[in-house]
Amino acid sequence: MSDAKLQLIGVKKAFGSKKVLQGVDLEVPTGKSLVVIGGSGTGKSVMLKCVLGLMYPDEGTIMVDNQDIRGLDTKGRERLMQKFGMLFQGGALFDSMKVWENVAFGLVQGRGMDRKKAQDIAIEKIVSVGLKAETGDLYPAELSGGMQKRVGLARAVAASPEIIFFDEPTTGLDPIMADVINKLIVEQVKDLGATALSITHDMASVRTIADYVAMIHEGTIIWTGPVEDLDDSGSEYVEQFIHGRADGPITRRVA
Amino acid sequence: MSAQSEDAVVEELAGSISARKKLPLDYILDVFEAVGGTLLRFFSAVGRLSTFIGKSVAHCFLPPFFPAQLGRQIIDIGYYSLPVVGMTALFTGMVLALQSYTGFSRFNAEGAVAGVVVLSVTRELAPVLAGLMVAGRVGASIAAEIGTMRVTEQIDALATLSVNAFKYLIAPRVIAGTIMLPLLVFVGDIIGVFGGYIVGIYNLGFSPGSYLSQTWDTLESMDVISGLVKAGVFGFIVAVMGCYHGFNSQRGAQGVGAATTNAVVSASILILIFNYILTQVFFS
Repeated sequence: MSDAKLQLIGVKKAFGSKKVLQGVDLEVPTGKSLVVIGGSGTGKSVMLKCVLGLMYPDEGTIMVDNQDIRGLDTKGRERLMQKFGMLFQGGALFDSMKVWENVAFGLVQGRGMDRKKAQDIAIEKIVSVGLKAETGDLYPAELSGGMQKRVGLARAVAASPEIIFFDEPTTGLDPIMADVINKLIVEQVKDLGATALSITHDMASVRTIADYVAMIHEGTIIWTGPVEDLDDSGSEYVEQFIHGRADGPITRRVA
Repeated sequence: MSAQSEDAVVEELAGSISARKKLPLDYILDVFEAVGGTLLRFFSAVGRLSTFIGKSVAHCFLPPFFPAQLGRQIIDIGYYSLPVVGMTALFTGMVLALQSYTGFSRFNAEGAVAGVVVLSVTRELAPVLAGLMVAGRVGASIAAEIGTMRVTEQIDALATLSVNAFKYLIAPRVIAGTIMLPLLVFVGDIIGVFGGYIVGIYNLGFSPGSYLSQTWDTLESMDVISGLVKAGVFGFIVAVMGCYHGFNSQRGAQGVGAATTNAVVSASILILIFNYILTQVFFS
């Protein structure tokens, strides 16, 4: 039995002739934060969607708490989802609902919690990510990008999930706000004692939130290790990526 | 042979193959390929739509239910469509009275105007025109709303919050569409007949008593029931096509725009097709 909270073994996914994931092997230890880095189009988001059940892998095994989660029925999938929280790249806030309703949504609709109790928890979470309680009565369209990320984070942690996914958590934010969000992520994950899996291009984010780092390239994990070893990885791919060099083994087709 | 000269040979061969003149058999194969590809895409789309409809209907009957969502959709689809359907029915009834009077007066059959108006409105015009108007108003709005939720990852967010999108988004709209369109059409029937009555009395000189008695004598319960059954089917079609196209919307504003157009066009065409099928079933 592995002590990994989340395991991917030989996960493959193709769209027609395009092979996006070509055998991903990855382990996220319980209570640790693993960040997957890699260029655009290397399969990071597809990998995350396969774990969340939003896409079905063609081959391979995905284990949560040593249980294979492929082939779960609708009920089993809904129960599994109660272990997960997710911060989406664009926030994915429900624009027809107030901020507090967004944060309380999973509690009320997903778990059947009393609306008043869920509202109290939502306001508490909104305050815990550095927003005023009154923000709860606004609509998402009335918030700045940074505030929307904070609300997305509050929603992701509202139901105290065991595993939290972060999809490009700092994309589109200025460096200062990005650092604020990174620190909030660390704080929230530590408070919950949760396991975290993030994907990002942002190296400042990696160094702040990661315990472990994995690099994905052309649909496979080509390096994994503790964040402290990132600058001494011995992988020319990792070297090129973390220093943002145009020259190196990773070649990008511009047109 | 060096790698460079090997590449040159391969390029030359590829060029000579593509430059080869097409034989008659190639043209025949092209036709088969085009027809086969179209058929495969058609059956694949039918399969996807059938699966979507099956899942949508199943989730209408399986708990958990979302009554607040259903209530919101009943208001959106039913109450807010009332002015559009009412105006359409009113003017359709008025025009129908005028036109049928003009036609029937050539045969000295003006007395049939009230009967023609009530039968036309209840059997055909109210359900079909209400269906088409609701397809334009509600079908487009459902497709645009769900399509936007798809491209902004709000539907993925539902799944991560342990909420089934079919139960939360699709089932309430399908139930509301199927229930509310018959109610709208029932109101439309009354308003449409009233429109014909107004023109008949104030424009064409019918006496109120004879117009109403002729209307009542002509009308049978089956005329109204068949129209309401049609309306239920049309409401289901409008809601399902709006949800289907929105749910499968492609990325970006163009994707949502295309989903909205496809929802309205496909629902309108299906309404006309099913109108014929149901008329055949009820009255043949």
